[in-house]
Amino acid sequence: MKALEGMRFKRTSSPMHRLDPRVKFVVSCAVFLLGVMFTELLPLIVLLTSQLFLVYFARVHKEWLQSLRGSLVLVAVIFLTNLIVGYASAGFRLTSNVLTYSVSMALRFVTLVASFSVFFLTTSPDDLGLALERSHFPYEFSFAFTTAVRFVPVLADEAQTIIDAQRSRGLEVEKGSFVKRIRNYLPILIPLIVNAIRRSLELAEAMESRAFGAKKHRTNLFVLKIKAADYIALAVVLVVLAVSIYIRLYVHIPVIAIPMF
Amino acid sequence: MIRTENVYFTYPSGVSALQGVSVEIGDGEFVAIMGENGAGKTTLIKHFNGLLKPERGEVFVDGRNTKESSVAELSRDVGLVFQNADHQLFCETVEEEVSFGLRNFGFGDKVVKKRVDWALELLDLRRYQKRSPFMLSGGERKRVALASVLAWNPKVVVLDEPTTGQDHGQKERLSQFVRQLNAQGRTVILVTHDIEFVAECSPRVILMSRGRIIADGPAKEILTNSKLVTEASLIVPQITQLFMMLGDLGLPGDVIDIYEAKRLINDFVGG
Repeated sequence: MKALEGMRFKRTSSPMHRLDPRVKFVVSCAVFLLGVMFTELLPLIVLLTSQLFLVYFARVHKEWLQSLRGSLVLVAVIFLTNLIVGYASAGFRLTSNVLTYSVSMALRFVTLVASFSVFFLTTSPDDLGLALERSHFPYEFSFAFTTAVRFVPVLADEAQTIIDAQRSRGLEVEKGSFVKRIRNYLPILIPLIVNAIRRSLELAEAMESRAFGAKKHRTNLFVLKIKAADYIALAVVLVVLAVSIYIRLYVHIPVIAIPMF
Repeated sequence: MIRTENVYFTYPSGVSALQGVSVEIGDGEFVAIMGENGAGKTTLIKHFNGLLKPERGEVFVDGRNTKESSVAELSRDVGLVFQNADHQLFCETVEEEVSFGLRNFGFGDKVVKKRVDWALELLDLRRYQKRSPFMLSGGERKRVALASVLAWNPKVVVLDEPTTGQDHGQKERLSQFVRQLNAQGRTVILVTHDIEFVAECSPRVILMSRGRIIADGPAKEILTNSKLVTEASLIVPQITQLFMMLGDLGLPGDVIDIYEAKRLINDFVGG
């Protein structure tokens, strides 16, 4: 839950928030690509540091740290898996190489989470919908997507109310054997699902009565426009990407090794 | 007896819902908690069965501190009926729905059957016994929810917004029913905006606004105080409004009961 909290849009204003969602998406994808491209420690550290600047720039550091904290378990799993496999294949010896590689892999995962966290934290669901629409996605899809995103907090609130109501009727979720505990969730899940279905039907009726899909081409009150700042951001990202590919192919990357004790 | 001592509560979102609430509700009392949306009414009643624990201050139910008891233990004595029945109905039949609480509290099969029959009878739900609760109307679903709590016969019954979405006839029956529950010795606590409904039942009224209790007293006293009532975003009952307008004629302004009003007008016209 905590990890998702760090992916939820925060309504503040920053240069990052004002950037076109499509450009932001390209930025996040570029960071993703860069993260996948390198396995060495040095470039990954550089990449993560550059992310820190971006986060600070977007003024979402608090939420961003939360998403990282939420993903710590996965980071630990990735680190340990790499460490154990490396340890086994190196003839059951813990070498500096194995350790460095494991740290790099964990760092790479952090970078990937971080890049998309910045994207979701600074892009409102509305902007996201507009961007999808402008990218020639059928409107039904983009509408379904933004609606799903928007209803997440509503669903979370409702789940809490249902849990309260059932606990008031003596339900103790944490009590009993493993099978019993799973069964304990039924009184919570059934009302939640029934209400979600009922709400979706109501939503469909409300949409129909407001002439959803009456015209093939919709117009929007807000139109996304690529501004000068967007071009600059895009140019910077493309140059960085090009240089990185060049480095990857033709330049020897200095190795930083974590010393063994 | 329920006693809260200087209770403060803030939600994780930062909304400070209760700011120093101290109140005592004795055994067998009939209480209505009223106030504007977001006044903290629901937050307060969630403290009565331990769903929420005070951030500062203490809540005692029959001398037990709610911080040291589980929700299940407290719910055995304090039955909370939520506003929206759809947040709790999940069983295949009305019968099973009503027995859910009883089974959780560990009653034996025989007792469960007896209590279920009693509760279904009480709320006029007999004929729906084997039906799915999801196929019932809104008012009937609300009654199933109420029956499912009354079934284990809690000493205190707390009803959150029992009148929303009910037609006049249902409200009338509900009002009779609540008074009957109270007459049988149960403590009844209502949370509601419905001032006409409260005027008809005439309980003790606790008025809340912005997380505090701003008034506490008999309905006749509180509901006819237009300054207080307005502060809690309510309007005085219609019959009171009428008598306030007729103040020039020397009629009293603190009337909430229709029969009392009728008598006063009769006396006035006749004499």
